[in-house]
Amino acid sequence: MSRILDWIDQRIPLSNTLKLHVTQYPAPKNFNFWYLMGSLALVVLVNQIVTGIWLTMSYNPSAEGAFASVEYIMRDVEYGWLLRYMHSTGASFFFIVVYLHMFRGLMYGSYQKPRELLWIFGMLIFLVLMAEAFMGYMLPWGQMSYWGAQVIISLFGTIPFGIGEALTTWIRGDYVISGATLNRFFALHVIALPLVIVILVFLHLIALHEVGSNNPDGIDLKKPKGSVKEEDKSPYEFHERYTKKYDIVDSIPFHPYYTVKDLVGLAVFLIFFAWVIFYAPTMGGQFLEPPNFEAADPMRTPEHIAPVWYFTPFYAILAAVPNPIGGVILMFGSIVLLFLMPWIDRSSVRSIRYRSGLHKANLAMLVVSFIVLGFVGALPPTELFTRIGQIFTFLYFAFFVFLFFYSKNEKTKPLPERVTK
Amino acid sequence: MMKRFLMALAFLLPSAAFAAGYSGPLDKADYDLRDQASLQRGAQIFMNYCLGCHTMQYQRYQRTFEDLGIPVDLGQELLQFTGDGPGSHMISAIDADASSDWFGLTPPDLTMVARVRGADWLYTYFRSFYEDPSRPFGVNNEIFENVGMPHVLQELQGVPRQTYERRMVDGEMRDVYVGIRSDGSGRMSPDEFDQAMLDLTAFLVYTGEPVYLERQRLGYYVIGFLFVFLILTILLKREFWRDIK
Amino acid sequence: MSNAPVDKGRRRFLTVATSVVGGAGVVGAAVPFIVSWNPSAKARIAGAPVEVKIDKIEPGQLIRAEWRGSPVWVIRRTQDMLDSLPLIENRLRDPESNAPQQPDYARNEYRSIKPELFVAVGLCTHLGCSPQFIPRNFGVAEGVDSGFFCPCHGSRFDIAGRVFSGVPAPANLVVPPHYYIDDDTILVGAEEGAA
Repeated sequence: MSRILDWIDQRIPLSNTLKLHVTQYPAPKNFNFWYLMGSLALVVLVNQIVTGIWLTMSYNPSAEGAFASVEYIMRDVEYGWLLRYMHSTGASFFFIVVYLHMFRGLMYGSYQKPRELLWIFGMLIFLVLMAEAFMGYMLPWGQMSYWGAQVIISLFGTIPFGIGEALTTWIRGDYVISGATLNRFFALHVIALPLVIVILVFLHLIALHEVGSNNPDGIDLKKPKGSVKEEDKSPYEFHERYTKKYDIVDSIPFHPYYTVKDLVGLAVFLIFFAWVIFYAPTMGGQFLEPPNFEAADPMRTPEHIAPVWYFTPFYAILAAVPNPIGGVILMFGSIVLLFLMPWIDRSSVRSIRYRSGLHKANLAMLVVSFIVLGFVGALPPTELFTRIGQIFTFLYFAFFVFLFFYSKNEKTKPLPERVTK
Repeated sequence: MMKRFLMALAFLLPSAAFAAGYSGPLDKADYDLRDQASLQRGAQIFMNYCLGCHTMQYQRYQRTFEDLGIPVDLGQELLQFTGDGPGSHMISAIDADASSDWFGLTPPDLTMVARVRGADWLYTYFRSFYEDPSRPFGVNNEIFENVGMPHVLQELQGVPRQTYERRMVDGEMRDVYVGIRSDGSGRMSPDEFDQAMLDLTAFLVYTGEPVYLERQRLGYYVIGFLFVFLILTILLKREFWRDIK
Repeated sequence: MSNAPVDKGRRRFLTVATSVVGGAGVVGAAVPFIVSWNPSAKARIAGAPVEVKIDKIEPGQLIRAEWRGSPVWVIRRTQDMLDSLPLIENRLRDPESNAPQQPDYARNEYRSIKPELFVAVGLCTHLGCSPQFIPRNFGVAEGVDSGFFCPCHGSRFDIAGRVFSGVPAPANLVVPPHYYIDDDTILVGAEEGAA
């Protein structure tokens, strides 16, 4: 066994890589619940790729055959229904864990220096994931697939100077959503975007391991070399790549401690996941919308079109502005601002634990706005809901503006030297 | 607990299930997918009264017979009026162009109508036809205004009429709407008709997702297994984390 | 670090137990993925037994039916064809039909239930091409006018689907399970009585 390992190690750095990133990687010892989401997102990504490959084996990407082939999977392929529900449920769970993961980052200031690039890679993953989910939702070629795609692609039509219309026609490859659109979205959904996501996830992890994980206290656990007394250093063996430059405190090797902890998280997650797959695969019409059980009909729009739940906050922002181009700009702006978080937040304190009450209230306002917008985006557009949508769109953007101004001279609490329990 | 919490969460969110513009109350369809006799009766009504114009193009006869506990040869003899063999899909007896000429549009496929509309909607819809001479087919529907199909179950239900009774309201005699009543010319009593419509609803719920019972059964084992796995991982984590001070 | 000594046995046991249960879970999760590669309901139905009407086949004529996506030949052989069968047995690889290439009820000199009506899967036993039916001028031996010739690699079969020696095909053509529903109809793909 060890001879085989030696043979491999002389050719690729297997043992060293495992030590560097797994067995001798220093992870803060005070990770809490919120730090499970990253590894869970990875699990869901694998689930999506594997079930996706299997669905591709029976799916027919054509306007004539797509809807029937999904029912073929649901009825004729052995366990096809399970593969399909795993994939459709996985899509929603992907967004659940990614939203929680992003909220963790906002809460503990994980975007702050030196983790700006880590945050940006994460935001890019989120952006590509939205495109991936949108294109994937089109593939069953049900009524919601068709009309949802129609609405979203028409957004690009709002670009002025004649560019918009040319652009939408180009994206669709036809004058309406058609088989041509379906085919190209299928290609992007099954190969191009997954590839981009996997590459971005790789870069995200490289960036993470370069700067090290943040922690709920938001303090640096890699202290300058020579500044820590021997008995205060973490008593574990870490890779020399880390110990050469720093004295490491309050950290533990990722493996075995966080592998076993993540396993607990995984088990709990899988129970929720399986419960939805087996007992609520449509989640009351949220994960799979009822009109999507009807084949696409270009002649007839369903009574009420709403995007799937994970898009509704952004959809509400879009609908909050009467002017379409304004709505599109605002919608993209709401995501661009998240990209800019490392520079909008000018505080030197990362974690919410040591920041001002004002900041806590401001972050709470962002969360509330996001959730309310989520509801508004899913409801039929009445005057009342549009008004509510406008108010909370304002508050959503206000978060960033407030933050920019108060964070410079925010009254923060003193940071602890070492992590707290 | 978790189940209830998740369900509550799901129902807090607005559901897109309201269909065809009707948002009034619906009667609860208290069907049971484990009741094969009910599903068989529903299938019989469907084959005799619905499949003439509507299709069920994603569902196969053979699968239906097997899932409903009907011997295949008996099913073919009594229930299968279209298609080549038992393996064929449940297609309509008339072709789409002809029906499009009759009704102005092709009657929708009904394989998953229960997933689109919901069981309660269907159950209410079947029992909401009423006589309306102003309509081309002489009937209208209370929850599907200006419905474009005839009341094909009239021979079972009788002629359904919107019925008013003279009652004392606020000290005044008024005509009060009391619902749809059959004129009694049908082959079924009102109770029998309700039961038959429940059977039909159950059948449509079944065809919407034939794997429903299998899904319920399998989930039980998967989640049971995951709880065992969870207990082990908790013990394992605790054991290792005793190191950490 | 903890002062309490590490209970290595317990730790080891839990690690192994979790790994075993987790491994079983992975295997269980793999099952639907593996099973989904089986022929689907659609494929199984396409592979269901097919009825073939035989009353319109003229003597010397071959008709093709599709069963499980493969061509099935039904030939009404003339008396001359039947008479020619014993003439060339010395040039055949398996004249007695010893290899299990046919159901027992077709293991006879004609390789069929009724002598004149020959039913076979029209795929060469070499690499699966569909041989050509040569109704006359087969030209392999005196008195043998008809047979099958595979264009891919030149394998030859006589009019009972028996393979000649010295050709690439290793075995006689396959006779599928079939039976007579009545005088005018056969069912290909099922044994009699097996529904």
